Amino acid sequence: MVKSLIFRGAKAGIQLACTLAVMRMHPQDQFDGQPVPEGTAVSAIELSEAVVTFGRGDRAVPALSKTTLKIADGEFVALVGPSGCGKSTILRLVSGLVQPTSGVVIVGGREVAARAMRVGMAFQNPTMLPWMTIERNIMLPLKIVEPFRSSFRKLRNTEFRDKANALLEQVGLKGFGNRYPWQLSGGMLQRANLCRALIHQPRMLLLDEPFGALDQFTREELWAILQNLWMTHRPTVLLVTHDLREAGFLASRICVMSARPGRILDDSRVEFARPRTVAMTFEPHFVALNQKLRAFIEDARSAATQGTG
Amino acid sequence: MFGIDIRQKAWSAGLIVLFFVAWELFCVITGMSDLVLPRPSQVFVTLVQRFPVLWPHILQTLGTTMFGFVLGVALGVTLGAIIGVSKTAYDTCYPLLIGFSSIPKVAVVPIFVLWFGSGTVPAVLTALSICFFPIVVNIATGLATTEPELEDVLKALGASKFDILWNVGLPRTMPFFFASLKVAISYAFVGAVLSETVASNRGIGNVMMTASSNFNVPLVFAGLFVLAGLGVALYAVFSLIEGRVTGWATRKNDVIAT
Repeated sequence: MVKSLIFRGAKAGIQLACTLAVMRMHPQDQFDGQPVPEGTAVSAIELSEAVVTFGRGDRAVPALSKTTLKIADGEFVALVGPSGCGKSTILRLVSGLVQPTSGVVIVGGREVAARAMRVGMAFQNPTMLPWMTIERNIMLPLKIVEPFRSSFRKLRNTEFRDKANALLEQVGLKGFGNRYPWQLSGGMLQRANLCRALIHQPRMLLLDEPFGALDQFTREELWAILQNLWMTHRPTVLLVTHDLREAGFLASRICVMSARPGRILDDSRVEFARPRTVAMTFEPHFVALNQKLRAFIEDARSAATQGTG
Repeated sequence: MFGIDIRQKAWSAGLIVLFFVAWELFCVITGMSDLVLPRPSQVFVTLVQRFPVLWPHILQTLGTTMFGFVLGVALGVTLGAIIGVSKTAYDTCYPLLIGFSSIPKVAVVPIFVLWFGSGTVPAVLTALSICFFPIVVNIATGLATTEPELEDVLKALGASKFDILWNVGLPRTMPFFFASLKVAISYAFVGAVLSETVASNRGIGNVMMTASSNFNVPLVFAGLFVLAGLGVALYAVFSLIEGRVTGWATRKNDVIAT
């Protein structure tokens, strides 16, 4: 009795708080049309002269200077560059978390307005919720994104759970669905993180240094897993990384960015055959690619220090 | 694990017994008058003898405490959610809240009495006003510590603020919330008794007040024992609920290696 009263009171309170918080937001689905038909969209992502500046007036910090970038549907693009160069800003632009100060960002044939693009995202920190099992964690996007959202209660123990477990099997975590996050190692959590980013079948996957906190061997293992996921699901992937071997292994195209405020210095295709293997990353032409990228980043860094010094 | 737990409990129980034995001995040896400090055995006898008279007062105190507590929780969760979700609301409301919470609640009772007369209402209001603050602080803290990365992941999916609050923010605050309930229930209890002592003709606080003006010191102490017992019981109930609901927050201790 008392308990139910408490919860009722709590819920009423929350509703009120949320109404206050949400008041300024746009109605949710105002931009939601049909997905763009196959073949009509040339680019999945298109940045034209996008500029991002944080803050205003004297305190303005330029994060991204005029950047133009086109990414075709199903492409795997890696963004590399010195730290703090605006790589993550590009991801946040594409996902709709940040608005361009000037310029245009078009994702999936529509301009990124004040709404999210429902893309899959994964960060270095796997951020699994500790009170849910792994499969429930992975199903979290289905609770949010339509058309799954409306049937979540009905299908969460059948179709959706199978979906989550199919993905888990694909990343080598078969049978771990009913474990809790604290029962898994860092590498396992990161695999689950990839599953969560893909569960709602996004056409776009944005990865911000997803393997940055892992040891070398686990990282290489996860490259292969991610490659496999990409080859089967074929989302457009934008990967931010510091690791040039990672970029070479995974990407079909690598963009090198300059120091802050970032812009794209070099844009090169990676033509190695797939599926690529770790052994390939030690072959001469792979090493040569690495050296080339390294030289670009070295230049960018020294230019930055000269500029400020 | 288990053995240590039992031993710990045995020590706690031993200490309580020792406390009463020492008290009893102290009174016997010094020949203390029971007008100053009655022996615990006397207090227990009084407690048992007068229990039928005390019972309605116990219910009254318990009732006002719970009522004030429930209202306090509702208010606390609402304010905590507003403050925790919005940075602006946090900055705006915090000074006022701190100011309000710094007022000794005994000073507010006369005002409540002035407005609502003596009795149940001021007791409930005092309980409410004293217990909502820890809840506000804990809910707000829990909400403010949501991982920004996860928030980004969900926002990129088109989640509304409510979605994030409902699926991530609130479950995350549960350990904070239940920890604060334990504190809040004790506060509410203190508030209710306080108000009864000052302005009421019912409740344990009033019984103790009346007993002390009649120099019925054992009854005053019996009242104290009742309060201590109730306080412990309420605390125990909420810590039990806490363990049940938010076990995930403490389970990290026994990680199963896989």
